[in-house]
Amino acid sequence: MSNRRIINRRPGQASAAWLAALPFLLLAGAYLIGSDIRLQANASDKLLPSLRTIGDTIGHLAFEADKRTGDYLFWKDSAASLIRLGVGMASATFIALSVGIAVGLIPYIRSTLSPFITVLSMIPPLAVLPILFIVFGMGELSKIVLIIFGVTPFLMRDTQLWVQSLPAEQLIKAQTLGANTWQVTLRVVLPQTLPRLIDSVRLSLGPAWLFLIAAEAIASTEGLGYRIFLVRRYMSMDVILPYVAWITLLAFVMDFILNRISHKAFPWQNLGGR
Amino acid sequence: MTAITVNNLWKEYADQVVLERVNLSVHNKSFCSIVGASGCGKTTFLRILLGQEIQSRGTVTLNGAPLPMDPSAERGIVFQRYSVFPHLNAVQNVAMGLELKRSPMLGRLFGGARNAALDEARAYLAAVGLDFAADKYPAELSGGMQQRLAIAQALIKKPKVLLLDEPFGALDPGIRTDMHELILRLWDESDMTIFMVTHDLEEGFKLGTRMLVFDKVRVDPDAPGAFGATITYDLALNKKTKGELKDIQNLDLKKKD
Ligand SMILES: Nc1ncnc2c1ncn2[C@@H]1O[C@H](COP(=O)(O)OP(=O)(O)O)[C@@H](O)[C@H]1O
Ligand SMILES: [Mg+2]
Repeated sequence: MSNRRIINRRPGQASAAWLAALPFLLLAGAYLIGSDIRLQANASDKLLPSLRTIGDTIGHLAFEADKRTGDYLFWKDSAASLIRLGVGMASATFIALSVGIAVGLIPYIRSTLSPFITVLSMIPPLAVLPILFIVFGMGELSKIVLIIFGVTPFLMRDTQLWVQSLPAEQLIKAQTLGANTWQVTLRVVLPQTLPRLIDSVRLSLGPAWLFLIAAEAIASTEGLGYRIFLVRRYMSMDVILPYVAWITLLAFVMDFILNRISHKAFPWQNLGGR
Repeated sequence: MTAITVNNLWKEYADQVVLERVNLSVHNKSFCSIVGASGCGKTTFLRILLGQEIQSRGTVTLNGAPLPMDPSAERGIVFQRYSVFPHLNAVQNVAMGLELKRSPMLGRLFGGARNAALDEARAYLAAVGLDFAADKYPAELSGGMQQRLAIAQALIKKPKVLLLDEPFGALDPGIRTDMHELILRLWDESDMTIFMVTHDLEEGFKLGTRMLVFDKVRVDPDAPGAFGATITYDLALNKKTKGELKDIQNLDLKKKD
């Protein structure tokens, strides 16, 4: 066995789990050692705070009301960010689904909108952020619009290409079964597009967080991104590091949940067909 | 009674004539086998009958009326592949034709109406020998089973014309024989006119009451797209001629294919 080529050797289930855990353990170990060394040299070092310091800080933010405002900042920040992200992603998904299907399915709409959407998707979203602030003000709307603006073109084009790649035979077949355009959309195109859209939404979560944090960093009074950039002035790594970890966890959980939904709701996907 | 009349039909794409001067008159309940060299326009002809493509010139009438310009429920189709919907299981695939008719807004039935449609669909599944696979998705079915499903799905609409484009071309020989028996039985029990494209001459002879051979009469070696194919042989097939013609035509056509 062991003299097989490396490309032909596969880990078993248990060793695969260990291998997957290894980079995480190494990173954690490196952090703890590094933190220890720096704190021994200088007890007030802020760069790599000890786990204890981090725990205390998060304890304050999560479980003690802020003295000035009476808010539990950690949860307030999380709620603010998640609402922005949720509303933004939901709107983007809805727009992308309706426009993407229309453009992919109907040649006249495709001729009209496809080049426009392509150009639109080339505009760097962050470059228009100032415009959004000017037009929509510094409130919630401009942050949500930035997310929508940032991820919709990708979702829309992906949906369009996917719809165009459905075999023409299926659309013809549905019509011979008596379907009109609306029924073809509802019964043939939509159900086969949803699982693909969910996958694209999963891929868009990273960019969506990027746009959210960027917007929060520039103009906000609450939110995970706002907090990180606020405490940067005081080099508060004990806030920044757990916030980053928390954002990562939230993103991971969203991805996981979407994946589960897709598998549960569309069981035909993984049968070896398309 | 004449079911389908094709009158001086032409089909041209930008730089290519595919079909020219096609004339045809087909009686109700005929079974027309269509053969011809690959790329000569058999599928194009079927697509025009289906309403998927519009002819450049000429007319096609069904029972005296011009064909609708879109695919419609009076013409059923079975393609070589992709005829069934991968996101619906077998019985849902068949019931779709009923749901679309009975629920114009949603294309979907619920409750008792849905159960009734599923029961009807099961009867059609049984007719093609798929009753045991009602809950299976197409990806879980073999190629032959998928084609049976596609046939049941088309038949539930009781089409006047059934179009088959190399429906058994991808199947193993043994399964193909089963499918021949199935399609002959279903055709016998109905009033359908069938057009079947096949690249298997023997299959065409065995199933058809009529054999249409598409070929180019004129060829310009410098401009391959200048001339289209038309019906060069139109043979009535009955028990007697089937045996004799087979030997003659076999030699002639094998070369072209
Ligand atoms: N949409 C199209 N645009 C241009 N040419 C086409 C189109 N569809 C078919 N053709 C051409 O028409 C000819 C006949 O095609 P087809 O009917 O599929 O042949 P067959 O089914 O007999 O093999 C081919 O040369 C093909 O390239
Ligand atoms: Mg063909």
